[in-house]
Amino acid sequence: MQKQEFTITVYTENQIGLLVRIAIIFSRRKINIDSLNTSPSEIDSVHRFTIVINETEDVVRKLCRQIEKQVEVLKTYYNNNDEIVWQELALYKVPTDIIAEEVKVERLLSQHGAKAVVIRKDYTVFEVAGHREETDNLIKVLEPYGLIEFVRSARIAIIKNSEGFHKKLKEFEYREPGEVATENEFLNQNEEVFSM
Amino acid sequence: MKAVELVEEKIETKKQMFLTGGQAVLEAFLEEGVDTIFGYPGGAIMPIYDALYDYNDRLKHILVRHEQGAIHAAQGFARVSGKTGVVFATSGPGATNLVTGLADAMIDSTPVVCITGQVFAHLLGTDAFQEIDVINITTPVTKWNFQVTDATEIPAVLAKAFYIAGSGRPGPVLIDITKNAQLQQFEYERYEKCNHIRSYRPKPIIRKKYIEAAAALINNATRPFVIFGQGVILGNAEKEFKAFIEKAGIPAAWTIMGMSAIPTNHPLGVGMLGMHGNYGPNVLTNECDVLIAVGMRFDDRVTGRLDKYAKQAKIIHLDIDPSEIDKNVKTNVPVWGDCKETLPMLTALVEQKNHTDWHQKFKDYQLKEDEKCIGPELNPTTDELTMGEVIKLLNELTNGEAVIVTDVGQHQMVACRYAKYNNSKSNITSGGLGTMGFALPTAIGAKFGAPSKTIIAIAGDGGIQMTIQELGTIMQFDVEIKILILNNQFLGMVRQWQQLFHEKRYSFVGITSPNFVQVAKGYYIEGQKVSEREKLKDALQTMLQHKGSYLLEVMVGKENNVFPMVPQGKGVSEIVLSKEEI
Ligand SMILES: Cc1ncc(C[n+]2csc(CCOP(=O)(O)OP(=O)(O)O)c2C)c(N)n1
Repeated sequence: MQKQEFTITVYTENQIGLLVRIAIIFSRRKINIDSLNTSPSEIDSVHRFTIVINETEDVVRKLCRQIEKQVEVLKTYYNNNDEIVWQELALYKVPTDIIAEEVKVERLLSQHGAKAVVIRKDYTVFEVAGHREETDNLIKVLEPYGLIEFVRSARIAIIKNSEGFHKKLKEFEYREPGEVATENEFLNQNEEVFSM
Repeated sequence: MKAVELVEEKIETKKQMFLTGGQAVLEAFLEEGVDTIFGYPGGAIMPIYDALYDYNDRLKHILVRHEQGAIHAAQGFARVSGKTGVVFATSGPGATNLVTGLADAMIDSTPVVCITGQVFAHLLGTDAFQEIDVINITTPVTKWNFQVTDATEIPAVLAKAFYIAGSGRPGPVLIDITKNAQLQQFEYERYEKCNHIRSYRPKPIIRKKYIEAAAALINNATRPFVIFGQGVILGNAEKEFKAFIEKAGIPAAWTIMGMSAIPTNHPLGVGMLGMHGNYGPNVLTNECDVLIAVGMRFDDRVTGRLDKYAKQAKIIHLDIDPSEIDKNVKTNVPVWGDCKETLPMLTALVEQKNHTDWHQKFKDYQLKEDEKCIGPELNPTTDELTMGEVIKLLNELTNGEAVIVTDVGQHQMVACRYAKYNNSKSNITSGGLGTMGFALPTAIGAKFGAPSKTIIAIAGDGGIQMTIQELGTIMQFDVEIKILILNNQFLGMVRQWQQLFHEKRYSFVGITSPNFVQVAKGYYIEGQKVSEREKLKDALQTMLQHKGSYLLEVMVGKENNVFPMVPQGKGVSEIVLSKEEI
């Protein structure tokens, strides 16, 4: 099996210490987390972790089961890049005088969809939202013009064919859960699991 | 008029009750049916100990000699009784001393609730005296942990702790309580046991289609083989398990954690799996056509090299923990669920069979093992005593009724290979972590969990010295356990590996011992030492009949090895019967 980029989405309770519990599932196996974001979800009390790693599907599936085993984790999904819509946000700080002087820079920025967030006399901050390659490209473009500072956020992702978590959460709240709440989609996806 | 009276009565009964956090902890224990606590006090847990002073009539507290001893004792208590063991320790060093036991309980799925004291909440993060980040230190070795900084949280958090520790696949839980929360007075409503946490599914849903698929595989099999682990014991499914193998007529082998779930002399029991397990079960793992794993996790000490493990077989895996399915061995049919529920469903669908020819194969291998390994170990012709003959005599004297708690090393493997058991929960050993020093404190806890049983701790001369201070606990609380030291004057298991795989370069495996009998005497514990065969039986008899604890040191051969053995990196069917074969 080939390594590829997977995005793991974890719905959890909002609990101090859970980040460590999840992080050590990766570090214990010496697996690098490429990107990690925690945020609210579509549901008030439920948190959402978005984790990006580069691994084989087999490894990712096992990791997801370990994550889902944690008491405060409601549900874990993993998806490849075709199954999600994702974005990262990048900020670039460049000297304002150069942009003012060089029309070329101005044009380059707009070609890359950069939007000015702050314009001061000494510097200007631009933002770009997009995939890794896109935000990376703009670094290369700006470097010759004295890029002062650069930062990029973790990936956030929306699962294309997800129905959201409202219905599932109701299931979880029942004492006797239905199949929906306990199913492990990643297990079911694996056709080899059940063969005779 | 009547209505008014009623209202007044209601007001009467709704009297306010104020408790301190410390008292609330003990109230929770009573509600959960706890009667024994293993612990050690210190500054940060003093308010709880102060509260305990008034609960002395309802809660027994066993003062151990080291916090590792407390948690091992709680494990022993849990393993023999099926109940949750409970531990108190103070902050800082008290808490860090628990870590080995937590790791042991985690990997062997033992329900334990540990309460640690913590510095005042306002001091957290200031490197206060005896402050340690116990939550983060213990995260990898607990099923769940939580820090309480406000007393009002205590009832609900403890209810959750007991529920999580004991349900589903059990495990250790640690609750860290800051000193201010222990001291804080609050209005105590009532204790409500927890039986649902929305984000926690102790048992996966059982899927009938997998049960049917499993039954179909089993019914078509000609060489089916059952391997089982502690899941059968933890699920209280011994009866269901027996009914299943007896109807299907399938030979069954145990992991060291599953041992004693069925009596060791059960006609379908074919012995122990794994590195020092029996010959037949290991070899025939690679000849069966359907392998049915029940409540076990395919540890590497059981499977040997994975790419040479049961490749020819269809694999059915029954487990309560979905993350175990496919973790090490790819499963054809995953039967998720509590085996107490899934086994009867499976039994209903399997056909009655006896597989006589297949059973004969196990018997044939048994004969070879008898000749090469078991015979010489149990009936030696050499002058030196063997560990095996000690266990054999012990079997004769206890009739399989004792609980045996082993330490880690050669004696552990020999005890697990040869001990006979009639009852479940009789073989207590550190399976997953292999914790030397486990036997003595665990045996102490086991006695409190099963007071009517004879509890025998079997340890090597190395391991006993790791926790020997717990003799003090035995002395103070008049605990009756039998301590059997099998002294080979070596860290025997490591020596065996150095002999076999490191050209006999014995690097720091010779270990000297104190006069164990004198040490025991110092703690007012009777004992003796034997090295002659003629005296062995009497000595064992004396140990067992003695009123109170007793220490028996048996001098055994210095350089005996445990065989058979699946050498590391080899497949299970490459198991060897002697060192000449390596
Ligand atoms: C705490 C700990 N330290 C080290 C080991 C490694 N180890 C495994 S078996 C063994 C030797 C045990 O010697 P002894 O207690 O004398 O028992 P024997 O093997 O001789 O029966 C050692 C050092 C371990 N399992 N646990």
